[in-house]
Amino acid sequence: MSGLRVHDLTFSYGEKTALDGVNFELTAGHFCALLGPNGAGKSTLFGVLTRLLSAPQGTIQIAGHDLTKTPRAALAKLGIVFQQTTLDLDLSVRQNLSYFAALHGISGHAATTRIDQALDRLNMLERADEKARSLNGGHKRRAEIARALLHDPAVLLLDEPTVGLDAAARSAITEHVHQLCAEGTTVLWATHLTDEVRDSDDLVILHRARVLAQGVTCDIREGRPLQEMFLDLTAQSA
Amino acid sequence: MNAYLSSLHAIVKREALRFVHQRERFIAALVRPLVWLLVFAAGFRAALGLSIIPPYQTYITYETYIVPGLCGMIMLFNGMQSSLSLVYDREMGSMKLLLTSPLPRWWLLLCKLLGSTAISILQVYTFLAIAAAFGIVMPLLGYLLALPALIVAGLMLGALGLLLSSFIRQLENFAGVMNFVIFPMFFMSSALYPLWKMAESSELLYTICALNPFTPAVELIRFALYLSYNGQALVWAVLATAVFTLAALWGYNPARTGLGKKR
Repeated sequence: MSGLRVHDLTFSYGEKTALDGVNFELTAGHFCALLGPNGAGKSTLFGVLTRLLSAPQGTIQIAGHDLTKTPRAALAKLGIVFQQTTLDLDLSVRQNLSYFAALHGISGHAATTRIDQALDRLNMLERADEKARSLNGGHKRRAEIARALLHDPAVLLLDEPTVGLDAAARSAITEHVHQLCAEGTTVLWATHLTDEVRDSDDLVILHRARVLAQGVTCDIREGRPLQEMFLDLTAQSA
Repeated sequence: MNAYLSSLHAIVKREALRFVHQRERFIAALVRPLVWLLVFAAGFRAALGLSIIPPYQTYITYETYIVPGLCGMIMLFNGMQSSLSLVYDREMGSMKLLLTSPLPRWWLLLCKLLGSTAISILQVYTFLAIAAAFGIVMPLLGYLLALPALIVAGLMLGALGLLLSSFIRQLENFAGVMNFVIFPMFFMSSALYPLWKMAESSELLYTICALNPFTPAVELIRFALYLSYNGQALVWAVLATAVFTLAALWGYNPARTGLGKKR
């Protein structure tokens, strides 16, 4: 079953093409790393997948819902962690989550229960009443991931979620998100860091607006270190 | 609770919390019109003689004349300030959170608009209470009748703010908004002087003032405070609100490709 399907997606900023006929498909419940150097088009792809941008060509299906034809049904199935933090720093973690829950039509007792569950899932329950401003980078990210899971999305998008985090926080968050896949969530994890990609993960390599490779990581790297293969591949197409 | 209502509640609550957290903003919003009222108006009292014009039935002091204009000023600043907060939201990314909600975008933006209007009205009533404490009082019922006028004016100026925020890319541009939107709108209106005075100086300026959508907003408040009704002002204000709102919704349309655009 397909979690996320992107077909022939094209987008440009004026003359500059940011996505050029991008195609890929994510199997439900799989972790897929979207690997690409800076400027590859990852953030644009996220903009289009979240409907902040509208692509003139191509289709996107999120858990079977077409984003252009039924945007609201598609967005309801989507959890998003943006690259920049989107927490309101003056509000507590719980207030941030309950604001988001309301934006998804969840309120009252249902919201409280889901917030507790989501925070617990990310080991953040004891920090629920702390102001977002007082959290460290890793905990802010976890709060954002917990928030993105509140409405039980089928697909979770994370745009370079480990930027600016130390090694321990990075590995904890990577581990948490892999755990989510084991529980059935489809994950698209954008990164430019090859060490965040596991051999068993699915992989899409994006470079200069195009998909250069896709498949299971260990098949793509063919016994070579991923970093080396990635540098070669992006150098060849440059 | 219905999804629409719960989102409205959450967005308005967030606006209110933000406002409470920024105490300086509340004080600044009050000090500005009070300086105009208690200092500027006192100084100009002698210089500006006012004849009896509707809705006033007798000679009034200049302080009394500018109160509705200053109510409008509070709403104008608040509308622009909430647009500033939207630009800030967008730079900080929290606007993205709002716009990726599965609820219709027009509804979410409308909730934002209602939130900022509610804050404006709260500020205006606080200002009117302080003005009353200084002896500048309106008819009692006028305070109540002004509410619908304030709602219309607040929505119009909030919608203008929303529209501007869809085009402003960075916070720094707010100085431009100040120079090119707030000041011209405020000075080229009936807030500080009746328009017939402007007509005596320049017909062109008079026409601009009459067309300025801030003028009907101020007149609507002025008439309502004095228990009368200005149909023409209402039509103009509602029309301007509709135009600004539709343009703002267009501005936030994903197909316009503005929101995720790299700066």
